[in-house]
Amino acid sequence: MITLTLKEQPSVPLEAEVVSPDVVAELTADAIAALTVFLGKRQCRLDDFFEIEGEASEEIDIRGDLSKIKWIGHGMTRGRIRLDGNVGMHLGAHMKGGTIEVAGNASDWVGAEMTNGLIRIRGNAGGQVGAAYRGSLAGMRGGTILVGGDAGLEVGMRMKRGIIAFGGRVRDFAGLQMKGGTILLRGGAEIRTGAWMIRGTIVSLTPLDLLPTFAYACDGTPPVVRVLARHLRGLGIALPHEPAEGAYQLYSGDSSVPGRGEIFVWKPAA
Amino acid sequence: MLRIRGGKVYDPANNIDGVVRDICIDGGRIVETVEGGRTIDATGMVIMPGGVDIHTHVAGAALNFARAMTPENQRQATPFLRGPEQRAGIGGPTPTTFATGYLYAGMGYTTVIEAAVPVLSAKHTHEELRDTPIVDKGCCLLMANNELVLDLLEAGEFERAKDVVAWLICAAKSYGVKAVNPGGVTAWKWGGNASQMSEPVLGYSKVTPNVIVSALAQIVDSLGLPHPLHLHCNNLGAPGNVTTTLETMKALEGNRAHMAHLQFHAYGGGDWHEMRSEAATIAEYFNAHPNLTADAGAVLFGNSVTITADGPWQHLLYQLTGRKWGNLDVENETGCGIVPYTYKGSNLVNAVQWAVGLELLLLIDDPWRIFLTTDHPNGACFWRYPEIIHLLMNADFRRERAKALPAKAQSRIVLPDLQREYTLFEIAIITSAGPARALGLSQKGHLGVGADADIAIYNENPDGVLMFRYPRYVIKEGEIAVEEGQIRSVSAGREFIVQPGYDPTVEDFLRPLFQQHYTMSFDNYPVEMHRLERAEVRDCQGAAT
Repeated sequence: MITLTLKEQPSVPLEAEVVSPDVVAELTADAIAALTVFLGKRQCRLDDFFEIEGEASEEIDIRGDLSKIKWIGHGMTRGRIRLDGNVGMHLGAHMKGGTIEVAGNASDWVGAEMTNGLIRIRGNAGGQVGAAYRGSLAGMRGGTILVGGDAGLEVGMRMKRGIIAFGGRVRDFAGLQMKGGTILLRGGAEIRTGAWMIRGTIVSLTPLDLLPTFAYACDGTPPVVRVLARHLRGLGIALPHEPAEGAYQLYSGDSSVPGRGEIFVWKPAA
Repeated sequence: MLRIRGGKVYDPANNIDGVVRDICIDGGRIVETVEGGRTIDATGMVIMPGGVDIHTHVAGAALNFARAMTPENQRQATPFLRGPEQRAGIGGPTPTTFATGYLYAGMGYTTVIEAAVPVLSAKHTHEELRDTPIVDKGCCLLMANNELVLDLLEAGEFERAKDVVAWLICAAKSYGVKAVNPGGVTAWKWGGNASQMSEPVLGYSKVTPNVIVSALAQIVDSLGLPHPLHLHCNNLGAPGNVTTTLETMKALEGNRAHMAHLQFHAYGGGDWHEMRSEAATIAEYFNAHPNLTADAGAVLFGNSVTITADGPWQHLLYQLTGRKWGNLDVENETGCGIVPYTYKGSNLVNAVQWAVGLELLLLIDDPWRIFLTTDHPNGACFWRYPEIIHLLMNADFRRERAKALPAKAQSRIVLPDLQREYTLFEIAIITSAGPARALGLSQKGHLGVGADADIAIYNENPDGVLMFRYPRYVIKEGEIAVEEGQIRSVSAGREFIVQPGYDPTVEDFLRPLFQQHYTMSFDNYPVEMHRLERAEVRDCQGAAT
């Protein structure tokens, strides 16, 4: 295992995409220390900012408040990264496999355009979780992102496959222009949820203020929810689905696109 | 002073076909002989005049709009890191200005023509061209939807229209005149298009696309511009547009014209499902009419961005793709549309388009009249030209590639039946000698004494892609600009312009119109000469044919 401990806060955000199991898996301690990170336009060594212990491992533990460190786990395909504090933007962006666990909060663009792997944030996340970068046709194309707390704007924007689950509440435009995949909102969302969604599923356990371009279809608990509930149970997330507990109100839209997305809003049994 | 010794020279303009001979350079030009100086040993290598791209989109407001609209492409683009001779930039479908110069020069091209410039944004275009190093440049001015010109044609004032066109060319510092979807872009401002050649354009009673096309061709010829009317026909990209293209070519009889990206204008069929190649029909007419030249506008599969002044077509393309759409209105002059596009081999329409570009290059007999382009970045990026060269030079490879197309597409094309294979001599014509001649650039596209010393030296290789993508040396004005893919010296290219004569009283006519209709004042409108780097004014005596 490799342990990185932040020595001092960088004056501006530090870009550290080298902090990835793929990069360090076969490197000696010296080679890891010499990896390049970018402080603005300046190139620095990784050990300018971190105490480094261990070498040649696919497991990385990072200690300290990393809220100013960006691009950790960028494009990683294997292994595990664990952070005991907060983390900065673009965590696990373009990730293809492996696991990232964050005990604190994460910033924007968690798992942006990821294709596989698991990211688990215990605290809150910023905006654009699992989203497409500006201009891209598709966001997240697979994998799982679990956020314990709240999140910001445009979560799951243009996502195509995969699952994103939020324990708390998210802000506007959740699932913006979504093309597929699943978003679970345990704490609901602010306004314009599912705007421009073409396909995909948004499940909310809290009532939503929906756009007028989403039409109410029926009440029920379709089999897809049961499948999703079974899958999420394995990740430690409970999703109600028993008829005795209540039912989901199904809305379809966004008819302004027009799209065939689905929004399920949980209605507990009276 | 430089001597290139022992290379196999392909210089079609001087009828030299693979003869081993020395090329001598002094003062940026080719000379009979030199004493002393450096010698390049080119034994076993192929020497051609530097490439000339007659139709590309590399500078100006539309391209910049496309750059801004497609950050996803920029993220994937090849980075150019700053080096001793090189500025930083990125490649991709819409390369940055400096990278554009490096990419063209790196492929052996030394002259490029930016094909679509509105007068209103000509300043911006020239400033970007100034920042496009190594290559020589020129630009064509958009004229077929200029409302000042159309109003004069409506009023039957041909002579004054001619003066206005000449004044606008001088104001914009352009090299030629471009017509894009004549009348269609004007009609687009009312949400319409001009799809019938003989029907009046929306907002006019006498002006039809035919009238615009033939009037502009006459104006260009009577002003004696070295390059004929550079024409993007009506109904670009639409199935069945072959009839429009034939009708346009008929309207051009008696005048010279250059048919831009002809591939996009050679389709049959009534709708997208019936889309088929009509390259043979176009080629048959074209072969019999020596007043015309054309560039291929070939398509290659992959990611691109479509950029054109043809606003109505771009709106249709946006509806077809459901992707992004950018639309610009350029006051009284033209419009512009941007739509990112991906050509897919599995798509019937795209497969036919791919075949049509190659078919035209193979079916038009005279290589001096059809030139290699992709209408960069519309059909494909210019840095993919070597892929097309390889397809043209190798019939078996071509057939192999055609086999991968959908069965339906294979029944709509004639490409697999074509046996013709381009020789290196012919490749030198379609990439350099031919376009130089069509542009009236007498010192370009050949290696005779007095020509500009713009030379590409290749390692001979049966794989056209490898051979033409990585020239061994590229020489610009006698200096080695590129050596084995590395930029060695960066010079500022020249810019070619023309200054046709006009009746000076035309300014009295234009000034009040400007005050009334333009957001820019008349005095601020013309591009000042100092914005151009190394401007070279070319004679207006018509092109030598």
